[in-house]
Amino acid sequence: MKERYWLLLSCLALLTLVLFTLSLLTGPASLAVTDSLKALLTGQGDAIVLVMREIRLPRALLGLMIGASLGLSGAVLQGYLRNPLAEPALLGVSASASLGAVIAIYTGLSLMFPLALPLMALAGAVVAVFIVQVLAGKGASVLTIILAGVAVSSLAGAMTSLALNLSPNPFAAMEIVYWMLGSLTDRSMLHVQLAAPFILIGWVFLFSLGRSLDALTLGSDAAASMGVSIKRVQWFAILGTAASVGASTAVSGAIGFVGLIVPHLLRPLVGSQPSKLLPVSALGGASMILAADILVRVIAPGRDLKLGVLTAIVGAPFFLWLVFRTRRAGI
Amino acid sequence: MNLLRVLNLHVSLGPKKVLDSIGLDVAGGEFVGLIGPNGAGKSTLLKSILGLVASSGEINLGGKPSAELTAIQRAKLAAYLPQEREIGWAISVERLVMLGRMPHKSAFAAADARDALIAEEAMKRMDVTAFRHRSALELSGGEKARVLIARAMAQQAPLLLADEPTAGLDPAHQIGLMQSFAGLVKDGSSVIASMHDLALAARWCTRLVLVHGGRIVADGTPDKVLTRDNLRRAFGVEVYLETTGEGLIVQPVAMTGENNG
Repeated sequence: MKERYWLLLSCLALLTLVLFTLSLLTGPASLAVTDSLKALLTGQGDAIVLVMREIRLPRALLGLMIGASLGLSGAVLQGYLRNPLAEPALLGVSASASLGAVIAIYTGLSLMFPLALPLMALAGAVVAVFIVQVLAGKGASVLTIILAGVAVSSLAGAMTSLALNLSPNPFAAMEIVYWMLGSLTDRSMLHVQLAAPFILIGWVFLFSLGRSLDALTLGSDAAASMGVSIKRVQWFAILGTAASVGASTAVSGAIGFVGLIVPHLLRPLVGSQPSKLLPVSALGGASMILAADILVRVIAPGRDLKLGVLTAIVGAPFFLWLVFRTRRAGI
Repeated sequence: MNLLRVLNLHVSLGPKKVLDSIGLDVAGGEFVGLIGPNGAGKSTLLKSILGLVASSGEINLGGKPSAELTAIQRAKLAAYLPQEREIGWAISVERLVMLGRMPHKSAFAAADARDALIAEEAMKRMDVTAFRHRSALELSGGEKARVLIARAMAQQAPLLLADEPTAGLDPAHQIGLMQSFAGLVKDGSSVIASMHDLALAARWCTRLVLVHGGRIVADGTPDKVLTRDNLRRAFGVEVYLETTGEGLIVQPVAMTGENNG
């Protein structure tokens, strides 16, 4: 049993590594494999170094970090809320981060100062968490948190629509819509540096919850009687998601379905134990985003197919299939 | 030293008083049956002992005020079987029982051979080893109950609080469970179990606590508590009582028609 788990973990780690390397080797500039890797590692060869270090490396790194964040927080939220339909977007983090970004585009702040967009998006995520916590109150039940998340999500969605509705010119509206589709194109090391600290802090919060989530399998009263502080779990799950997914959304736009599907897909392979699902789901999420980001470049080079569009197009039918399978299994 | 001391405990849920001036001392080696009609406050009493509902008054666990204990320290002193048999994911029976060892492990320490042995023992006691690899979601109600009790036993706390542990069990497993509890009690632990089966409670518990309307109305050995008067007042039923070689036989036979609230 234990060996099987480590095998699964190693396979996923290897898959992530392979996809990460493939992502580095994919792009409009046709570079030889050896040249590009050499350029990346040694910094020799002018133009190639620029392409590798300034364009492809940040893209692959962001794919890795964002995918892992989505997979991990999806697994944590499903475990915490004991609901297989939970995902990061449920807490309103993604919608609020999007709203922050939209405000930056709408007001023109992002034109004056490029980092205004991710910073405003992060601020949006923080505000969402604050509102959800206040709405949910002390000793919040799972249902209250979900309802608070839905309310915040809807409000942020409505405000985003308002911004689109009143957008000063078609260009701004177009930019808002494109940004919301979710993409890793044209991101720089600056984006990586901005998102990484938040993402890493979020991971620490989320990963620390494994054991508590196992106990929560038996309900919150049983978990509390086993020494789990339910309040701590609530804070860590929400803060961890806000930091990692908020920062992810801030640099990539909203990317749906990964946080929902990856834990679903991998759960049976770890005997449904929430703590074991966390690392597996993080790697699975990273693989999925890296693969999708390679695909958007391969399927339609030059057309700028958006990553979020692809994950949704593949994700939604896949989810339908999952629902069908779950119904058949009678679980 | 008492394992549990409850003094002047009050619990209100909203405007409703659920528990009123509860006092209860439980020493090691006691098998306490908590009896009383639906809504009497039995479950709330068990929860408030564990700090799961807000209460005023004094609760001491293992000689220390419960409020001063950390959640882990409390978990080492008292294990709990909630009334709701909630199992969220399709984890195996074996893993579920192993969860009981959690309070004894530091944050990232894996379960060792001793934990496995204790979990094994608990599984044997509750007769669940035969389906140890099955998913806990595929079990019948009675099997689920036994697995969850095994989980609570694996926690090895000196005090076990069980909310209606016999609900859903067939007669053989009811007796098996009572024997297991009696075994724990013989080893010096104490069990407080809320129960509706008065006959089972009469036969196995060393002490019964009758809760009615949020107060303890009788507390003592089964023959002292299970009197016609007490049962009429608390449950609104007439009972047939007989002391036999097999112990006290209790059989509710009719409703009194009185308002027992």
